[in-house]
Amino acid sequence: MTSPKRVGRIEFGLFSPKEIRKMSVRKIIWADTYDDDGFPYPQGLMDLNLGVIDPGLRCKTCDQKAADCPGHFGHIELAKPVIHVGYTRLIRKLLRVSCRSCSRLLMTAEEVEKIIGPEDGELAGEIVSEKDIKKERVCPHCGEQQLKINFEKPTTFSEVFVEDGRKIEHKLTPADIRARLEKIPDDDLRALGVNPDVARPEWTILTVLPVPPVTMRPSIILENGQRSEDDLTHKLVDIIRINQRFKENQDAGAPQLIIEDLWELLQYHVTTYLDNEVAGCPPARHRSGRPLKTLSQRLKGKEGRFRGSLSGKRVNFSARTVISPDPDLSIGEVGIPLAIANEMTVPVRVTQFNLDEMKQYVLNGPERPTIRSPCGANYVIRPDNRRMRLSDVNLETVTEMLEVGWTVERQLKTGDIVLFNRQPSLHRMSIMAHRIIVMDGRTFRLNPAVCPPYNADFDGDEMNLHIPQTEEARAEAEILVAVHANILSPRTGGPIIGGIHDHISGIFLLTHRVRHFTKKDVLYLVQHLPIEHLPEPDRIDENGTPLWTNKQVFSLVLPDDLNMVFRASSCQNCEICKQDMCENDAFVRIIDGNLISGTIDKKGIGAFDGQILHRIIRQHGMKRASRFIDDVTKLSIRGIMLEGFSFGIDDEDLTKTEYGQIDEVLSGAVSDVERRIKIYNEGQLEPMPGRTLEETLEMQIMQVLGKARDRTGEIAGRHLGMDNSAVVMAVSGARGSMLNLTQMAGCLGQQSVRGERIMRGYEDRTLPHFRRNDRGAEAHGFISNSYKSGLSPTEFFFHAIGGREGLVDTAVRTSQSGYLQRRMINALQDLKVAYDGTVRTTGGRIIQFCYGEDGTDPGRSSYGAPVDVKGIIESVLKEEIR
Amino acid sequence: MGTSLDVLKHEMVPNHQIMDDEEVTDLLATYHLSLDQLPKIYHDDSAVKAIGGEVGDVIRITRESRTAGRAEAYRLVVKRPKK
Ligand SMILES: [Mg+2]
Ligand SMILES: [Zn+2]
Ligand SMILES: [Zn+2]
Ligand SMILES: [Zn+2]
Repeated sequence: MTSPKRVGRIEFGLFSPKEIRKMSVRKIIWADTYDDDGFPYPQGLMDLNLGVIDPGLRCKTCDQKAADCPGHFGHIELAKPVIHVGYTRLIRKLLRVSCRSCSRLLMTAEEVEKIIGPEDGELAGEIVSEKDIKKERVCPHCGEQQLKINFEKPTTFSEVFVEDGRKIEHKLTPADIRARLEKIPDDDLRALGVNPDVARPEWTILTVLPVPPVTMRPSIILENGQRSEDDLTHKLVDIIRINQRFKENQDAGAPQLIIEDLWELLQYHVTTYLDNEVAGCPPARHRSGRPLKTLSQRLKGKEGRFRGSLSGKRVNFSARTVISPDPDLSIGEVGIPLAIANEMTVPVRVTQFNLDEMKQYVLNGPERPTIRSPCGANYVIRPDNRRMRLSDVNLETVTEMLEVGWTVERQLKTGDIVLFNRQPSLHRMSIMAHRIIVMDGRTFRLNPAVCPPYNADFDGDEMNLHIPQTEEARAEAEILVAVHANILSPRTGGPIIGGIHDHISGIFLLTHRVRHFTKKDVLYLVQHLPIEHLPEPDRIDENGTPLWTNKQVFSLVLPDDLNMVFRASSCQNCEICKQDMCENDAFVRIIDGNLISGTIDKKGIGAFDGQILHRIIRQHGMKRASRFIDDVTKLSIRGIMLEGFSFGIDDEDLTKTEYGQIDEVLSGAVSDVERRIKIYNEGQLEPMPGRTLEETLEMQIMQVLGKARDRTGEIAGRHLGMDNSAVVMAVSGARGSMLNLTQMAGCLGQQSVRGERIMRGYEDRTLPHFRRNDRGAEAHGFISNSYKSGLSPTEFFFHAIGGREGLVDTAVRTSQSGYLQRRMINALQDLKVAYDGTVRTTGGRIIQFCYGEDGTDPGRSSYGAPVDVKGIIESVLKEEIR
Repeated sequence: MGTSLDVLKHEMVPNHQIMDDEEVTDLLATYHLSLDQLPKIYHDDSAVKAIGGEVGDVIRITRESRTAGRAEAYRLVVKRPKK
């Protein structure tokens, strides 16, 4: 259970100058890199002792070629010490807790004892912090009066004197600081939580700088033959140049002022070499103006070494392109372009049983001209692991040579299993296994019913495809990752794949009320279904033509023993349900696989609340459920195509009567608002409990105007009936709502910012178009026009204000939830449910004693419950259970 | 101090119980665990203090569960680490 190795402790320390010199293979003194012949200068930044990057050259240290030499460190002797920016906080702390004269901790032994106590006592592990030391006190060891230490970002330290009541700052040079840190006794450091054996504090002040091997800062040769150096090399050149000048000036006995300037310049270059994004320090830039990417920038952030190179990996055997819909595919299939199928391969080991087949693949070669041509192969791998690319010239010879024990990398063909993925991969269903169909065209094709789990649409979305390369991977993909294994969401225990948009409109139009179809129409509707016989016709009309009902047609896709009763999305939740006699035909009753009454819509087959789908999964399993989705989507597409379905600008037209009524309602509301404002102005308004007068008035106005908008919606809705496509979509749950319709045909209503009327803008008014202190509806963002009638300029502006809030909210929400997701995944990714039902970490530590406390897999549950009691009773009694 | 609060009587605090050695041995055997693989609870946790739990004790916490009705968890009392 436990992992074989356990990390006992990790020790972090500092490099001492001694160690830096010891690991260095060369002292670097020249800022130049290559001479005119393109050969590295000895003791220059590209010295051959530091490793080689040019092929053909050999490393002077290890005598290996570029591919094998790991690179070796060099060093630069700095003219004067400089501060390492990464340790300024530690330096500041140490300066503040140690004596400026004797460098000892500014505490008596008894005071220290009180905080850290004896070893392995009650207080073991406690350390002295800056707060434990009283400010500007006198040293208890030598009696020296202490001074305040000021720190200015990025690397300036100074002492503050008080002279004649004035404060004077005296700058501490890195050399001064180093001298003070050197004198701090080891025992005092231990009390401060610093282990002096591995990290003497003076080592945070650099006197010698390691020069990283050329292998981690290779120069590249541009197209024009010019060499371009790495950012780190550029920075090291700067450091060496200044260092050189510094030394020369020092030796020539230059004035103190010049020395100080050069010292600060050297400090700047070393600081930006370590971190080019330090606060209070202008970043060093490339000639082009681009900030240099120095050491810390290589490690930090999304594209840094940790998140970008170590946690994030790029893979082979993957493809990416735009997606487009194909309702003729099964939900478990994906259409891939021939160009991709030709490029990507599956390795197949040659055995005596498949030798002939493999020879044929090799003979077919790498070029498959059409989607109907047999698949070929791109590579063969010999038993000695030599890989041979197949091309027109070697097909025959390789076919001859092919033997048992070789591996053929054959191209993809229809029926292969692949992993399909859309970013952001926020849940398990973002990667599902599909079987491929090789197709013409350049896009991936998928059934629109699998869009919800991927959260995909076809406005230019791209998706990725990965080809499993081993038998185990393919088996896992098929058993665990397949689309039909993921119809139930592990989040809710309900379906997540199912009908969307036109599927719902279509099935709604098909099953609404009772209609009769001739044989021709019925066959048109069911032509893509795997059906062998039509049921007995419902009736024969006067001409002797047999007729089938729409409900009979739908029943063809249902399992024979399905029994369920539920209310459709279009149910109005009447006080007393008329059940089978519902005038909206919203009471769905399915007995023995026959739709007796009711309309099928979002509640029946929708992607998130498809009840029929859920019941089929419970009673017939995932395979049958995925067939049902295939059948019902095909049937509904035919259903919508039978009569056609479209929406145009004139679908928002109302008659004069309605426009008159809407105007009446709106002007009534506006004058109601005026009246309330008048009451308020006269001081007659009665405040609501806990509200000010203004708040009360605002709430009343919002209420009046909100009601007015709803009334216009009702008026518009009375005129727009079931023959209106937008109404059909709203009622069936396919897309949009009655509110959208209200805003298109009736009135847009109040625009708001943070749930209140729009108040911001100019002094005492929102826009210069209105009088100051006008509290009226129009002046604060009430839009009485509809999208159809068009907005006035002021209305348009208010609408833009309201719309902007929505955009900002989405932007903020996505970034916040993205970060939450990242942290959750980091915390949970290695937990697993063990065979005994416990949830454990990789170290076998227990997180939960029983998964979810009841051991139920929500992805195998019925909305979280282990047993679907209601469904079972319902299918036995064939009655509605409430 | 003047008023004292018995956290164990609060409706949000589940039942805490110190397990005896035999129970602990049984528990570790059932789940094939070593003591340090158990979930932890700090020695200065109010409920632990109220039942007199010491570092090294194992506490059985029985709570009402939304999914299972009743759920038991076992936690090893450890010293609160230094910040
Ligand atoms: Mg999109
Ligand atoms: Zn080497
Ligand atoms: Zn002193
Ligand atoms: Zn009803």
